[in-house]
Amino acid sequence: MVPAGTPQARPGLRPGSPLLALILLGAVLLGLSLLHAGMSDARRPEAGGGPALVRHLALSDLAIFTEARYARHPVTADRFVAFQNHPMALEHFPSGALMRPPGHLYE
Amino acid sequence: MARRKGRNLGLLAVYGGMVFLLASVLFYSSALKHESRLLLAEAPEIVVQRMIAGRHAPVSGEHLRALQGIRGLRGVEGRLWGYHYDPVVRANYTLMVPPAGGVAQGTAILGPALARARGAGPGDVISFRGHDGGLVSFRIAGILPGDTALASADLLLIEETDFRTLFGIPPGEYTDLALRIPNAREVQTVAEKVLERLPDSRAILREEMQRTYDAIFDWRSTLVLLPLSGALLAFAILAWEKASGLSADERREIGILKAVGWETRDVLRMKLWEGGLLSLLAFLFGTVAAYWHVFGLSAPLLAPVLQGWSVLYPDFRLTPAIEGGQLLALFFLTVFPYLVATLVPVWRAAVTDPDEVMR
Repeated sequence: MVPAGTPQARPGLRPGSPLLALILLGAVLLGLSLLHAGMSDARRPEAGGGPALVRHLALSDLAIFTEARYARHPVTADRFVAFQNHPMALEHFPSGALMRPPGHLYE
Repeated sequence: MARRKGRNLGLLAVYGGMVFLLASVLFYSSALKHESRLLLAEAPEIVVQRMIAGRHAPVSGEHLRALQGIRGLRGVEGRLWGYHYDPVVRANYTLMVPPAGGVAQGTAILGPALARARGAGPGDVISFRGHDGGLVSFRIAGILPGDTALASADLLLIEETDFRTLFGIPPGEYTDLALRIPNAREVQTVAEKVLERLPDSRAILREEMQRTYDAIFDWRSTLVLLPLSGALLAFAILAWEKASGLSADERREIGILKAVGWETRDVLRMKLWEGGLLSLLAFLFGTVAAYWHVFGLSAPLLAPVLQGWSVLYPDFRLTPAIEGGQLLALFFLTVFPYLVATLVPVWRAAVTDPDEVMR
């Protein structure tokens, strides 16, 4: 039997140590992620790639919603294009359901 | 907490999952807005469209010449662009003539998503049926770089004569006009002059283009968050129920602590620490997982919300754009409701007579 008070008798870890270690790990991971975010922003080229192409082609819209014309070019869409297929036509693309008309059409 | 390891681990998993989803939506929409602002910062200062009966109509060369004398304008160029539906891939292409040229007649430059959808590369031939039913063919001269996909995914750049032949647009007519104004403070004044000279037109300013996309991404992220808010509320109710329905063990534990001399505030402090540590763990790991989900894996859980029925979808990786305010807002949105939901029932148990609690 190990005598009380000797180093061998002392418990190795506090009961809360694993939890604190997890919190520390989480904080370190979050810090590393934010550092990665900062470095990614710093490494981003000032020109070239997308912005240069936009300038070269005089683009006004992003190619991100390509399923319908008014979703592909929302900036230059008019009020009718979503409903222009025929009289009483309903707007039916998912993008149109999730996308408001540009503010400058109704301001 | 170790005495109820299973329950706490389950709660941590659900809580962390909620933080993950909420943070993913916030990071994704914020990064998209940041990216769109960077791209559209190079858009023309004003785009002028002709409107007939409220609908977009082609602009004539006379309209272009009418604007050329406006003071403050560096240049006016006619844009030629339009859509072509390809039944092969069932997608709309955006055909465009580069204002500065650079595409030889009979050739085309494809956007990356278009090239991927058609399985086409330099040297291949792509054909379209023109306005008169005749076949117009283009040899592919190149593919636009992948890092421009957000602006060029479905683009097909061709020469001006080819464009007019394909769509039957006579010389001197344009889809709309792009105006370049070097002094940002003169944009509004120039827009007013444009409307004076061309009353049948409308002028779309660059800041309106940026606001349009900000609103689109805000709206979409809000629509994704709405069902999540129901889940968040359900989670808060779960936390409240967990704390209200304290088990006999927990109630006895609080009673014993009170009996050996702990005050109500000591019990509350202990429970606050328990809840706070759990919240902090869920917030840290949920946020880290969300960050790498959005910026490492390009948000596979959220991309379908943006993609909709699009066949030609840009393959892009977002640059991280996180603000301190977002993290703070996320922290307060996720940690405080949980602490409040758990603390109130615990307070009720803590102020009860220990003898009654222990029975």
